[in-house]
Amino acid sequence: MLESEITDTILAEVGFEHINEGRILLIACGALAREIIHLIEINHWSHIDLQCLPAILHNDPKKIIPAVKKAVQKYKPEYSKIFVVYADCGTGGQLQKLCEQLGISMIEGPHCYSFFEGNKAFAAREEITCFYLTDFLVRQFEAFFWKPMGLDRHEQLRDIYFRNYTTLVYQAQTKDKSLEQKAKAYADQMGLQYEYRYTGYGDLEFALTKVASFT
Amino acid sequence: MSDQEDDIVLSELNDEDLVAQMFDDLYDGLKEEIEDGVEILLARDWTPYSVLTQALVGGMTIVGNDFRDGILFVPEVLLSANAMKGGMAILKPLLIATGAPRVGKMVIGTVKGDIHDIGKNLVGMMMEGAGFEIVDIGINNSVDAYLEAIKNEEPDILGMSALLTTTMPYMKVVIDTLIEKGMRENYTVLVGGAPLNEEFGKAIGADAYCRDAAVAVETAKKFMARKHNQMGINA
Repeated sequence: MLESEITDTILAEVGFEHINEGRILLIACGALAREIIHLIEINHWSHIDLQCLPAILHNDPKKIIPAVKKAVQKYKPEYSKIFVVYADCGTGGQLQKLCEQLGISMIEGPHCYSFFEGNKAFAAREEITCFYLTDFLVRQFEAFFWKPMGLDRHEQLRDIYFRNYTTLVYQAQTKDKSLEQKAKAYADQMGLQYEYRYTGYGDLEFALTKVASFT
Repeated sequence: MSDQEDDIVLSELNDEDLVAQMFDDLYDGLKEEIEDGVEILLARDWTPYSVLTQALVGGMTIVGNDFRDGILFVPEVLLSANAMKGGMAILKPLLIATGAPRVGKMVIGTVKGDIHDIGKNLVGMMMEGAGFEIVDIGINNSVDAYLEAIKNEEPDILGMSALLTTTMPYMKVVIDTLIEKGMRENYTVLVGGAPLNEEFGKAIGADAYCRDAAVAVETAKKFMARKHNQMGINA
């Protein structure tokens, strides 16, 4: 598939591969595909390939473990190094454990909200009442939240789901006014205050730069 | 379940049909209809305990089974639980006033640093629907908050919930404190939440990890039955 043909729905439900005939493989969440491809391109990392798993696995994190395991086992013979671009992502430490068993490493952090902002900075905020969206999740808000939560059918559930949150934080990886407007509208829809934070790629860029320098 | 809600006048149904209709209404999450059904049965001299066990518990058992079997999903179960809550709001004071029997008592809360309560609330409602008395201490609970609730409420079961990998280790802090204070053996400790698993439950010293609300109910019942059997042997 050409990169110009990637849609967010494909990244959410099917996954995506970006093959350079590289030595290093990134096995990543589909929600990170655009950011990772951009980093590969601007840094000319032609020795890095990418296999993205369906981003929707996030809605049932227990499915991430077997999916990553299967991908690692499938591709390990073909690469000199595999790096997993999933944070813990609600797996309760099980993904880290799997990576250790398979002898590979993964990006640090509890979730992408944390590494996009920078793990230290995110932890220092000690926010517990914020609901986070990234660029991908703003684009996929309906598919990842509104519909699976039944809010398209049962609007009365809104306050049951969100009553303990105060703020929707849009962590922007790119500067895109249309995404900002959408994120603000979702905050209103959820009955939350809105905060915009431009994060860029945060720790993702540092982690991948380190991986790319592997010889 | 039923597409003919508009045609049905609850007060005109006999007891058997009304209870069957309440099962449907619980399944469909119709709170007002459940409240009406409860009021009608009480007006027909049903005891609050009979309304709870025969109408609400029966209905929620179907909801729980279908949730367990992947037929119903969280949004629909939340609506059912909300309908149940409407019925329980009427019954609760009456159950206390009439000294109705209960299966057991549970204090439940989400751990410190965590505000997620959907799973916890589902467990609470399903447990209530199974005849347990539930004391819900809410979200973001410190060790002290759990200890105070335990001291005040004297429950059989302590339930702890966490949705974040970063907050789930706090469950061990609570359990370790119970051990330090020599209180651990007095309570059954059940834990749950999306990032947890059975291995984690064992590692922190909980009595059981509960995968979802339906499993929590079954597990709690088993522990209560075991407790009653032990009390019988020791009597």
